[in-house]
Amino acid sequence: MYAKLRLYILVFLIMGLGIGLTMYKHFALGFPLSPDDKKSVWTIEARIDFVARGDPVIVSFALPPKAEHIVFMEEDFASPDYGFSELTPPTGRRAQWSKRTASGPQTTYYRLSVYEKDNISQSLGSDLPAEPEKPEFDEVIKTAATTLLDQVRSRSANTETFTRELINTLNTNTPSQNQSLLLNEQSSEDYKTHLIVNLLALENISARIVRGLYLKDGRRRQSLANFVEVYIGGQWLLFNQNTGEHGKPKNFLIWQRGDQSLLDVVGGKNSQISFSIIKNIHPTRNLVVRDSMNRQAGIMDFSIYSLPIEQQNAFKMILLLPIGALIVVIMRLLIGIRTSGTFMPILIALALIQTTLVTGIIIFLTVVGTGLLIRSYLSRLNLLFVARISAVIIVVIAIMASISIISNKLGLDQAMTVTFFPMIILAWTIERMSVLWEEDGPREVFIQGGGSLLTAVIAYLFMTNRTIEYLTFNFPELMLVNLAFILILGQYTGYRLSELYRFHSLERRNVSGQR
Amino acid sequence: MFLASAKKLRSFGIIGMNQRNFGLISRYNPRHLYPLVDNKLKTKLLAQQAGITVPKLLGTMEYQHDVKSLKEILRPHAQFVIKPVKGSGGKGILVITEHDHNRYVKPSGDAIQLADIERHVSNILSGLHSLGGKPDMVMIESLIQLDPVFADFSYEGIPDLRIIVLKGYPIMAMLRLTTHASDGKANLHQGAVGVGIDMGTGRALHAVQYGAPVSYHPDTRKTFSDLVVPHWDKLLRLAAACYEMTGLGYLGVDIVLDRDQGPMIIELNARPGLSIQVANFAGLAPRVAAIEALKNIEPDPQLRVIFSQQQFSAEPGRYPPRQLRTRSTDSPKIIT
Repeated sequence: MYAKLRLYILVFLIMGLGIGLTMYKHFALGFPLSPDDKKSVWTIEARIDFVARGDPVIVSFALPPKAEHIVFMEEDFASPDYGFSELTPPTGRRAQWSKRTASGPQTTYYRLSVYEKDNISQSLGSDLPAEPEKPEFDEVIKTAATTLLDQVRSRSANTETFTRELINTLNTNTPSQNQSLLLNEQSSEDYKTHLIVNLLALENISARIVRGLYLKDGRRRQSLANFVEVYIGGQWLLFNQNTGEHGKPKNFLIWQRGDQSLLDVVGGKNSQISFSIIKNIHPTRNLVVRDSMNRQAGIMDFSIYSLPIEQQNAFKMILLLPIGALIVVIMRLLIGIRTSGTFMPILIALALIQTTLVTGIIIFLTVVGTGLLIRSYLSRLNLLFVARISAVIIVVIAIMASISIISNKLGLDQAMTVTFFPMIILAWTIERMSVLWEEDGPREVFIQGGGSLLTAVIAYLFMTNRTIEYLTFNFPELMLVNLAFILILGQYTGYRLSELYRFHSLERRNVSGQR
Repeated sequence: MFLASAKKLRSFGIIGMNQRNFGLISRYNPRHLYPLVDNKLKTKLLAQQAGITVPKLLGTMEYQHDVKSLKEILRPHAQFVIKPVKGSGGKGILVITEHDHNRYVKPSGDAIQLADIERHVSNILSGLHSLGGKPDMVMIESLIQLDPVFADFSYEGIPDLRIIVLKGYPIMAMLRLTTHASDGKANLHQGAVGVGIDMGTGRALHAVQYGAPVSYHPDTRKTFSDLVVPHWDKLLRLAAACYEMTGLGYLGVDIVLDRDQGPMIIELNARPGLSIQVANFAGLAPRVAAIEALKNIEPDPQLRVIFSQQQFSAEPGRYPPRQLRTRSTDSPKIIT
């Protein structure tokens, strides 16, 4: 009883560890559980054009801030003959290109690939705001502003509704006199943003400008859109300054926060900036592996991904073996199928993976059948056992070579994959089957041979399942769960399915005996 | 209905393979004792030390070059059996019933030559029939003579009696009768008939061939209702004594009756199969439970046999309760 309890504790621990690690990789590192999980990766190109005057040139360009929920895969800064550095002042990252002399039209590029993590809740900015700076309006505008704010205040309940109401009032189609005065005739987006921030400041509400980019596939010559971020209840809320809606729109990349300039060009004029956007679809798994490797996550550093690609491919195969082992355990302990050689079916299944199912089965039957014929002749030659097995190995190789050559001549490329079958295993199978035939007759040969092949085919079907293949390779810790299952199955003392057949005459007899 | 319901089988007390491996073999049979029964030479020596009759050993061979001396060893014996020392399940056993010059006749009447026997011996030595394919030895034994009691119930071979012994108590028995289909071998899945034997009397209870009930021998047409195993008490005592001999708690004892020398132990098995349940139309589980419920094991095989006969008899009336009382009052005297 004590041993049983200990086993169950062990099983529980192993399974917990396996599932725990899987959960960690899924939720913390973002590994998807399905191979079909895809993500859109946005490639954004910012093109900066200006005309240089022949003097030293410094171009300073605001870069998007790094955030929890977005992953920057790649950043490129391309511009011929310019010195480049990336600056990180507290107000936000900036790229700086510099050159001693330049004249004529100049172009620099900044390219960025990003994707959004979907399983991490987007934490809003919670950095503390500075005390709102009261703007200095002239008397007329100040009166208009005060009147407007009074109206808005009376129609709102809290800071959030106040902000929304203010934006709505400013955007109304039939502006009152006060609004027209405040907004000016030819007001730009920037002007409006500043106005909102200033008006909020009069109300002692901290707010700041946010510039961002709507991500849409195939767009060119885009510019940044202005938003207002307001500090409410300990966090920053984003408001659309044209509609008053709050919250970050979908597919929107925040490029810059605060009132710093987006682009400064010293020694140039007519500076212009335009963005173009392209969307690509990538499997999430590749993105996550790349990101985790870049971030040197501990669990990744000691994972299979740190191996060279060739070894990784080998492991892709090896990690499928436990699935085959589980199938064999189920087939033997629960179903009760007899196989020739305990784990021979797994090796056959591995060969089937290389050859595809039908071709593989045909090849297997051909090789073993021919082998049995030749082996029956060898048994008449009166050879010592080891010599006979070795002879069978050579026979198997000869059969394989002939299958390859003949199929090549016939133009059947599939049959060339015969080489993937493990030769020694085939030779042993032939030898064992042949002895079985002599001692127990052909029936037993078909039972055991058929059992082995059936087990191999089922193992093959599981091992080639896309999802299983994906999970075993990307979540090797699931092997622990598999191990736990095998440990539990090792405790199974009930009947095997085949025994229900084996003992079925007993049941009938006992039932009739009771009548 | 091709499948029995697991619930019903359980209610009959049928033990399955998993249960056997887990609850009986690995619980009662310590691994280090296996060689005693897996190696038939060791078993034979052990049995001889214990004073149990075994078939006479005519010769052994260990190396391939010994094969040359095979002819010399075989020359004086008209009948003999060649066995792999570490064989299992009756594999690799060659029986010769008569020979002259280079003609060796098998029970089926087929004749083979010395070269064939030499190849067979060489195969055994290479480990073809041994567990795990390890190099093996060959032993040559005298042939057992068919006891006339079984003459009507066997065809081209010697029937053998399989008794399951748990912790020294015989709990179930089955007679395996050779048939034409089984090629003279007492192997159930090759077509031998399994006859369940009543523990109390040695009388035949039921018989099966290929898992289906039969009421008479397929070749000799004799009905099994007449069949009674002679010397039944002695056979059970022999089987029970094997517990002390080997130390194995779950044991299959194979006994044959020789016309001249009486009961002999030919083989012990540490992993006896489960077909015995089919032959008896009864499950092992209730009997195992009865033995496991015992607080201590009787040291005297004789008393264990009496307990088993009383406990597991199909005709309980034959052993009145008085006998039980006698046993319990007798036992202290025997111990002291």
